Amino acid sequence: MSRNGTSRPGTGTTDVVVIGAGHSGLAMSAWLSAHSIDHVVLERGEIANAWRHERWDSLRLLTPNWQTRLPDYRYDGDDPDGFMGSADVAQFISRYAGFIGATVRTGTTVRSVTRHGDMFHVCTEQRGWRCQAVVMANGAHGIAQVPALAAKLPASVRSLSAKDYRNPGRLDDAGVLIVGASATGLQLADEIAASGREVTLAVGEHIRMPRTYRGRDIQWWLTAAGILDQRFDQVDDLVRARRIPSPQLIGAPRSLDLNSLTARGVQLVGRLVGLEGNTAQFSGALRNECAMADLKLARMLDGFDALAVRQALDISAGPERFAATRVDETPRIGIDLAKRRIGTVIWATGFRPDYSWLREPVFDQKGRLRHHGGFVAPGLYALGLNFMRRRKSSFIHGAEDDVRDLGSHLVGWLKQSPASRASARMEMRAGI
Amino acid sequence: MKMTTTVDNGVNVEALLGARQALTDTPEAAQFKWRATCSWVRGTHSRSSVEKFFGLGSEQSHKTEFKYDADHPAIFASEDMGATPVEYVLVGLASCLTAGIAAVAQNRKIQLRSVKSTLEAGMDLAGILGIDSDVRNGFSGIKVIFEIDADATREEINALVAQSQRRSAVFDIVTNPTNVTVEVR
Repeated sequence: MSRNGTSRPGTGTTDVVVIGAGHSGLAMSAWLSAHSIDHVVLERGEIANAWRHERWDSLRLLTPNWQTRLPDYRYDGDDPDGFMGSADVAQFISRYAGFIGATVRTGTTVRSVTRHGDMFHVCTEQRGWRCQAVVMANGAHGIAQVPALAAKLPASVRSLSAKDYRNPGRLDDAGVLIVGASATGLQLADEIAASGREVTLAVGEHIRMPRTYRGRDIQWWLTAAGILDQRFDQVDDLVRARRIPSPQLIGAPRSLDLNSLTARGVQLVGRLVGLEGNTAQFSGALRNECAMADLKLARMLDGFDALAVRQALDISAGPERFAATRVDETPRIGIDLAKRRIGTVIWATGFRPDYSWLREPVFDQKGRLRHHGGFVAPGLYALGLNFMRRRKSSFIHGAEDDVRDLGSHLVGWLKQSPASRASARMEMRAGI
Repeated sequence: MKMTTTVDNGVNVEALLGARQALTDTPEAAQFKWRATCSWVRGTHSRSSVEKFFGLGSEQSHKTEFKYDADHPAIFASEDMGATPVEYVLVGLASCLTAGIAAVAQNRKIQLRSVKSTLEAGMDLAGILGIDSDVRNGFSGIKVIFEIDADATREEINALVAQSQRRSAVFDIVTNPTNVTVEVR
């Protein structure tokens, strides 16, 4: 595809601006190119930027290599059951960019997106773009969420988000309180405890999942059971489904759960609910959160066993069940950070996308993007969000189906007459 | 399996789900205020009542005023005119979890036949008597035991009880800190 316009400052015109050159933005670029649609891909840093600069050192994908694929492009190495590290993912995505011949304007940070009549204006630090449609593929992890009570931490305690953390060697020798028990919280607790530091883990609602079950990777089961393909318009409670924390997995041939952390000496406490002076207060509901996660795991495995029978799957290993999560008889509900020598608190409390540059009334009262399966407003699309169109939407392999759905719609939208587009916008405003 | 018969636990789930949708759309209507009044009688005996509350954007009322006597037993040199205040906390927790179980069971199409619970809370009086400043005034812990007869598997019943804890107001109040402001007029 050709670069539209010249490099001089000013305003260029194109049909579609894609924001973000990660896996989903590039997959959309490939779709648009295949349909001969003029577009530009704007990238604040370099291709796969977040994978290069915003991940802790040991991070590996939670999905095995055989599952890591993009449209017409898949892993072709000799370790299909392995898990890519951040650098591997960056290389995978960069090679995909070469494979599809994408032209990416790197080092181009979007400052604002606004609508003016029929057109969107995308302003970057260098120049502006006028376009008919915008695809926001800038990732679901732009901002590390830190709860408001973090502001009440004593000044003597260092506060780190999961985006700031790199490795245990960059921490001092004092104890660490990790808040959050999703994949992130568990992985950090695991490696920081292994480094010899005292670790306390605050555990709220979580999803327990073994790495393998009956000899197959859990992602194989989730795929076979159709769970990853579940659609956003087929679940009972979509708001809740989009909020579910990432399952307790690690990209390694082993399971990582609260019991394995307890065995490492990690102390489990309930959800962090208060900070007063030096005292951190934790919920007394830890036992219930663990009981609930154990029950849900058993239900999921029951479903897999039933699936194996129903489809006569060729699996030699028999059903297995995992030990209940061990919780102290009386978990601590208050900890004196000074007395316990906690020097760092790490917030593994989730991420949210950064749409601070989007100047359109498309947010709900909590500031979250309103969208229907990735349709934000006429001509405005999102990609890569949690359970956006399918449970797999935020996974690398989830881009293919979402790009096909939204890309088809986008191609149709560009072909529509100005009059029918205007009526679509009226309906949108009327909330139809 | 329980497919054919109609499940009826006396809970109007449609109304609850309707309220949930309505309150999602109008968050201000979801702002409730619960109230109680209390008068000292004599000794450690007091009488509380509840009647009015605020919700759905306006003043509301129970169909009648409910009254509760609280006192302490004779071994505390009291006249034992009612349950102790801490026992009312157990009553609140038990009734909240039980109501939750009924609602969740209805939503999950599980017929309940009986739901019984026993609650026990440990307390070291060295706290409230000021004997040991390291001992808290309140409960050291609460143990709740449910016995549930229902048209469901053991796992389904466990899941009911777990979900009722997650949705319970009183469970949240006793497991998490709450700001309490007391003024004198």
